[in-house]
Amino acid sequence: MGLKPVLTKDFGTEGLRQLDAYERTGGYAGYKKALSEIKPDDLVELVKKSGLRGRGGAGFPTGNKWSFLPKGMYPRYLVCNADESEPGCFKDRYLIEESPHQVLEGILIAAFAIGCNTAFIYIRGEYLPQYEALESAIEEATAAGYIGKNVLKSGFDVDVILHRGAGAYICGEETALLTSLEGYRGEPRLKPPFPAVKGLYGKPTVVNNVETVANLPHIVVNGADWFASMGTPTGKGTRVWCMSGHVNRPGNYELENGTPIRELIMEHGGGVWKNRRLKAFQPGGASMMVLLPEHLDVGLDFDAIQKAGSLAGAGAMVVMDETTCMVDAARRYVKFFHHESCGKCTPCREGTFWMSNLFDRFEFGEARPGDVDLLLDMGYNIDGRSFCPLGDASTWFPRSVIKYFRDEFEQHIAEKGCPFRKETEAAVAVA
Amino acid sequence: MPLRPDTVAKIQDYARRYPSAQSAILPALWAVQYEQGYVTDEALAEVATHLKLPPSLIEATSSFYSMFLTRPEGRHEVMICVNAPCMLRGADAIVAYAEQRLGIRDGQTTSDGAITLRSTIECLGACGGAPMMQVDHRFEENLTPDRINAIFDHLRTAPAFHEQPPAEKKPARRTPTVSGEITRSGPSGARARTRKASK
Ligand SMILES: Cc1cc2nc3c(=O)[nH]c(=O)nc-3n(C[C@H](O)[C@H](O)[C@H](O)COP(=O)(O)O)c2cc1C
Ligand code: FES
Repeated sequence: MGLKPVLTKDFGTEGLRQLDAYERTGGYAGYKKALSEIKPDDLVELVKKSGLRGRGGAGFPTGNKWSFLPKGMYPRYLVCNADESEPGCFKDRYLIEESPHQVLEGILIAAFAIGCNTAFIYIRGEYLPQYEALESAIEEATAAGYIGKNVLKSGFDVDVILHRGAGAYICGEETALLTSLEGYRGEPRLKPPFPAVKGLYGKPTVVNNVETVANLPHIVVNGADWFASMGTPTGKGTRVWCMSGHVNRPGNYELENGTPIRELIMEHGGGVWKNRRLKAFQPGGASMMVLLPEHLDVGLDFDAIQKAGSLAGAGAMVVMDETTCMVDAARRYVKFFHHESCGKCTPCREGTFWMSNLFDRFEFGEARPGDVDLLLDMGYNIDGRSFCPLGDASTWFPRSVIKYFRDEFEQHIAEKGCPFRKETEAAVAVA
Repeated sequence: MPLRPDTVAKIQDYARRYPSAQSAILPALWAVQYEQGYVTDEALAEVATHLKLPPSLIEATSSFYSMFLTRPEGRHEVMICVNAPCMLRGADAIVAYAEQRLGIRDGQTTSDGAITLRSTIECLGACGGAPMMQVDHRFEENLTPDRINAIFDHLRTAPAFHEQPPAEKKPARRTPTVSGEITRSGPSGARARTRKASK
């Protein structure tokens, strides 16, 4: 347990963004090994055996996802999901920024494994420097013969298309991503059929997260047993946790799965800033439920965090100290979901609008007795009734905050406004 | 204003690159915005002819995405995230400071046409370096008032991207980093990429 740099092992090497430096650290050895020694079907088995689960949010076993592709149906597509827009998440950005070739090598290995000749990277529009890093990595890899026809005389043809989004969180949801990539408004589609059966342009498609594919070169080189020896029984390997909020050292930390949350926050993050007390923290990103100091000994692992009442999601850790207004934190998230709701379904479009209004009432002193229950009622009417998980997830953090901090809502009503506002000092001494 | 021939060539390239020309809508709109600073109805219609698609389809798609501008704004765009993780690190105070320093409110453009200021609830992927801003889509993190002053001073005179002499291909610069820390990934006083001053 603890810090375990696998993906981030060579980060900091001079020139790592360039092909030659990346290759000096062992880069593209996995791709070459896969092409020359391993049959695609065996590669799928290898990834299944490793126990790798998707790092994009849902934690679905990667090898299993690949094996759902219907036999004999071509073309097939691979889309690497680099839309990272979940508030609190910045790990994919870090992985791309530091080592774009590692991500690209993972994509090429995945494409080879599933028999895909055209792979896509869908990157959010705001990540312009990261887009450029990937663009030059693709150029270099093409010049080196890793992308193109008959790669390294293996008979494998592959092309990689880098596609830039334009500011829509919903396009991180895999079906909305595919709709967007096809050139439509980025609205989600009904599942089933799942993308594996009917995805991009109606063809079998795999969508994998940036961090998921970045694991593949290491699994190919070091083997499934090596990967499975790290982490917990149901959460193998490591994860890059992006920590933000009230800690001394926010940033990205790659930890073996199962490492206690306490170690991440207190040791690597240097503890809560300004010698304040920890009030709450939130794993997973904006969507996920809040946890309390009593949960500090929970392990960083999909199943352990779920048992504690939240979800590991995309590996964010937002830390909140004792001066945090939980109502205001929830209000910002709800505003975000309202802003990002694609408008396709009513519960999400209208529900997030009303929730956002109600939160403003709390924050600005217009909330009335009974409004907390009204908020809960709205939550119940959105969750499970929305077309895609965006609507559902918009209710999870607020409802968990009501569960643990209901008195703060009541205080907002009683004091006609935010009791924290005057106490909160600005984090930066503004002149 | 018709699109420049090099922009048209790019759009036609995109149309060939994808399995379906419709997939080229977003890249085509980026090319338009990159050239003209925003996307006019006229440009939408022109994209439609180059992609051989109905104009209504181009507009239906483009209007979904928040990053395509429909009217001219400042030469540079400053975006400050105020979502919860940034709020925790004092983003509200940074917005207030920027407003005061520029003498404009959220969403407005300075009278010299240099800077459009926007606070946004969209997380920009720099929560670990909050408070943050994106200046023409380059990251500026761990902001202090001094740093903000320096950025704004630079932007006042810096030309928008398309008005600069063609940039030589910059070497893929590695940002200095300590493992486990997020870094500022943009060169300081980042260059403008996509915005154009109002005419
Ligand atoms: C609203 C919403 C937003 C999402 N955003 C992202 C994202 O930005 N990046 C990502 O990899 N997955 C995101 N996902 C999860 C994807 O739908 C999908 O499960 C994932 O990309 C699959 O990759 P994986 O199996 O490698 O995890 C999102 C899901 C939802 C519902
Ligand atoms: S919440 Fe502001 S950049 Fe992520």
